[in-house]
Amino acid sequence: MSSTTNYILGVYDDEDEVLHAVGKVKAKGIKVEDVYSPFPIHGLDVAVGHERTRLPIAAFMFGTLGMICAFSLISYTMVFDWPMIIGGKDFFALPNWIPIAFEGTVLFTAFGLVSTFCISNDLWPGNKTLPLDIRTTDDKFVMAINVDKNKVSAADIKKALKESGAIEVNVK
Amino acid sequence: MAGHSHFSPANVEEHFEFNSEGKKRIIYAFIAGVVALVIGIYLLSKGEAGGHEVAAAGHDAVKAGHEAAAEHVSGGAVSHQAGAEEHYDWTNRIWANVWLNAVFFTGIAVVGMFFVSLQYLTKSGWSSVMKRVPEAFPKFLYISLPILILVFFFKGDVIFHWMHHGVTEVGNENYDKIIAGKSGYLNKNFFLIRLVVFGGLWILLWKMLRKKSLEEDLNGGTEYFNQLVKIGTAFIVIFGASSSIFAWDWVMSIDTHWFSTMFGWYMFASWHVTTYAVIVLAILYLKDKGLMGYVNENHLHDLGKFMFAFSIFWTYVWFEQFLLIYYANLPEETIYFLERWEGHNKIYKTSEILMVILNFLLPFLVLMTRDAKRTRIFLKIAAFLIIAGHYMDFYQMIMPGVVGKHGGYGLVEFGMVTVFASAFIYIISGELTKASLVAKNHPFLPEALHHDI
Repeated sequence: MSSTTNYILGVYDDEDEVLHAVGKVKAKGIKVEDVYSPFPIHGLDVAVGHERTRLPIAAFMFGTLGMICAFSLISYTMVFDWPMIIGGKDFFALPNWIPIAFEGTVLFTAFGLVSTFCISNDLWPGNKTLPLDIRTTDDKFVMAINVDKNKVSAADIKKALKESGAIEVNVK
Repeated sequence: MAGHSHFSPANVEEHFEFNSEGKKRIIYAFIAGVVALVIGIYLLSKGEAGGHEVAAAGHDAVKAGHEAAAEHVSGGAVSHQAGAEEHYDWTNRIWANVWLNAVFFTGIAVVGMFFVSLQYLTKSGWSSVMKRVPEAFPKFLYISLPILILVFFFKGDVIFHWMHHGVTEVGNENYDKIIAGKSGYLNKNFFLIRLVVFGGLWILLWKMLRKKSLEEDLNGGTEYFNQLVKIGTAFIVIFGASSSIFAWDWVMSIDTHWFSTMFGWYMFASWHVTTYAVIVLAILYLKDKGLMGYVNENHLHDLGKFMFAFSIFWTYVWFEQFLLIYYANLPEETIYFLERWEGHNKIYKTSEILMVILNFLLPFLVLMTRDAKRTRIFLKIAAFLIIAGHYMDFYQMIMPGVVGKHGGYGLVEFGMVTVFASAFIYIISGELTKASLVAKNHPFLPEALHHDI
């Protein structure tokens, strides 16, 4: 996306074709950086070889943090800061606090995950990310190959993309 | 993954063979259970009359004082329960165990039908590769429902407080105003009518579903699917009402004075998650035999998600019931938990705590990650934990009300559950052989074979 990187883009007009093209291109020893599509294509992430997202780990951590925070808040307010007897229970009435701990867990997980997702995908407010090819928001599929990260020469990459069924090959 | 499988549904038919070796193993387990049971019963009969109890007798004075104190704290509600203790007989624990296991395994059997019906009602595709496994479960209703009827008919007064002699009779020394007020619903005839009518409907609808499902294998065509959707929908409607009614009848009415409006779905939640664990174990067993190769880690992942989700659902319902009672703090409601927590010399406290660990904490941690839900060994561990935990859950629901301070985990419990489990496995294995393990003409089968998550 920045002007210092060299991309070769293969443009395809069919989702099955781009899915099979990924395999063909990779078979020639070319590393595929990403594939852009107007809609999700089943099996594409596996074909490209993306690692699985680590968002679930973040979810667990946010959840744990939320639980600890909610638990600390209710313990501090109800036991130390302003002890109150409610329904004749102890000050430290554990069962009553489980719903609060649960809510805290859910709240922190939800906000934490949305924020993490947006930040890790460059989606923070005010950030403008231009697509490599504007047509990927309409009806075209683009396979992006980073020339600098590949040992294969640019000419060979272009040839491989053409052979795999790309309707055009662009350099960006 | 799209386009990688060249599985044509026409050639997937395969059969499970319940061979003599497998039969022998289950029969050995059954015999071992019977032996344990017989020794357990012998010890029980000795224990009540002989030396075992003598040592305990010294503590009786202390015990009695302690219990009197507990009763005092929780208000007068206990005194009726104490009345039930008076006609205790050592054989009661055997009947309590029969009832416990019959209820537990009836649940597993009928939720198999519920699962298949739910898949038809929601028109789910992924489950069509493995639906023959839960579809075989309701066969055990042929065994367990008659057991329930017979035990109720002959030994009902052992299990149920409301069946004790004279409790609804004005002027009788056992007369109990609260139970008399409930006798319009809780009486022997109406109980039996409910049991026979709804149990009969369960079996009838299962027979219809099974017949259509097997005909679909032979003939194919979507009209079978549409008929199966109708049968499934009818079953869900009936099961929605009957599962709650049976929860009140079979389990909640044991503690006749006590009631909870959440009990119906609490017990259903327990049955439900146990059945997922049994389905998982059955499929993994068949896979270990080299069958059901088309059930891949994606399908197991979905089943693992069900086990995970419904373990949490059970915890939610169980805790919600506890929390409402704890918060409101009404003596007639808290007695239920007080009895399990510190009543009867605290013999039920350990399994009350252990049950929450087995049913919530361990499945929650074991099945949390994606990889665990796709790995057989983790699924097996979680499934065994869940089955053990929910047996314990039913134990906690039934035993304190029936046998009170005479309860415990002994050879009787171990033998009875082994007998029932091996009978269940024997019946289900026999039923599994009667059809191809995959419903080869199920219209969603190609979708299920390409299931990818």
